Amino acid sequence: MWLWIHKLGSPPHFYRIAGLLTPWFGWSAGLLIAAGTVSGLYFAPPDYQQGDGFRILYVHAPSAWMSLFTYIVMAAAAGIGLIWRMKVAHAVAASCAPIGAAFTAAALFTGSIWGKKMWGTWWVWDARLTSELILLFLYLGYMALRSAYDDQQKADRASAILALVGVVNVPIIHYSVVWWNTLHQPASITKLAAPSIDPSMLLPLILMFCGFNILFGALLFTRVRGEVLLRERSADWIRDLVRSS
Amino acid sequence: MITRTGIVRAAMLLIERDLRLAFRRASQLCHPLMFFLVVTTLFPLSLSPQPSQLRDIAPGVLWVAALLSSLLALEALLKSDAEDGTLEQLVLSGQPVVALVAAKTLAHWLVGGLPLVIISPLAAMALGVAPDAMLVTAEGLLMGTLTLSFLGSVGAALTIGVRRSSVLLSLLVLPLAMPLLIFGARATDLAMAGEASSGPLYLLGALLAFTATLAPFAAAAAVRIGVE
Repeated sequence: MWLWIHKLGSPPHFYRIAGLLTPWFGWSAGLLIAAGTVSGLYFAPPDYQQGDGFRILYVHAPSAWMSLFTYIVMAAAAGIGLIWRMKVAHAVAASCAPIGAAFTAAALFTGSIWGKKMWGTWWVWDARLTSELILLFLYLGYMALRSAYDDQQKADRASAILALVGVVNVPIIHYSVVWWNTLHQPASITKLAAPSIDPSMLLPLILMFCGFNILFGALLFTRVRGEVLLRERSADWIRDLVRSS
Repeated sequence: MITRTGIVRAAMLLIERDLRLAFRRASQLCHPLMFFLVVTTLFPLSLSPQPSQLRDIAPGVLWVAALLSSLLALEALLKSDAEDGTLEQLVLSGQPVVALVAAKTLAHWLVGGLPLVIISPLAAMALGVAPDAMLVTAEGLLMGTLTLSFLGSVGAALTIGVRRSSVLLSLLVLPLAMPLLIFGARATDLAMAGEASSGPLYLLGALLAFTATLAPFAAAAAVRIGVE
């Protein structure tokens, strides 16, 4: 087990394994998201209150979830890189940031379309929306700090500290609908309690959640491969790789 | 026999040094204060000088102006020491970097944050805030500016090696400082409406305790990266 993790920390090994896994992740994510989209848009019944407008939920909720999940992955990778000085971990953290920013932007964008339909306004300064916007700024700040350094190692370690400091925002976003009584509706599904949503509406959502998670894996592997190539561009194993192909 | 300087003594010496340096350049001390007053003057000019309207925006204006002027001063926290090599010597001194960074932050707040708190009633009065609410604002700012200094020490330490870092520094620190703004302005708001403002003030205190205990560790780690 430890040997396996140790091996995963070496760039050539990671590059090869990520390359093998990417198509599997990509195709299963595509299938799940396609199935979720079709069943969400055609087979799920319209909501008794929100009509067909609620269907944007199937993109909005998974994106919002992924925006937080990506941050946690990024912070964990940054912490691992900082403590054990693992090269690949820093590459993973660096690759997470643009993906996370994209998910956050997607969550904000779909949310504001939904808000226009349901609340009659594109944007309200409520706790959930504002904290999600802060998350976007955190991602952007992380990328800005990373690009401000010329030295790759310094950029890695400085931005890792920033990622770890920003973790305090994650519980704030997650519990913002519980702590503050706001316009944004509380989450419909939790793992511990019975979901407050009909099974026929829940199934597409679960498909989309799984699809988005696996899509994140595929995107991450692709980006990390690129990042590893960029960082190791003068290494021997890449020369051999290019020659043999 | 060489006796090692104690950690408290080292921190006190560092505070003393930073304060002395700051007072040698007294004109720079006044800049954040002037900025604070000028920004608060801009709002009556740009919105409307009617007292009722000014009172509505006063809490937000005071807090935003305080945040911005403390942010402007932040770049000076570590930059000049990093450039002339003092910071490197401090890290090499064998004293715990956490304590030294905390001491520098405290010294920075004493010359940058505390004067802001002291003149905040003046700006509050100009915006038509009642005396009770002025006191609450000053209390809130007392905790808020100190929290911001600790938060900012992390940002300043992270951007040591970056050229023209002030904009980047604001970009890093402002998102993290938003809870301060929310609770601080809320406290003033409640006090102006004649209600109990202790709730948001307690939350500000909690934020201060949280950042004062944890931020120096993050800042120290960042300083180590910055100077090597």
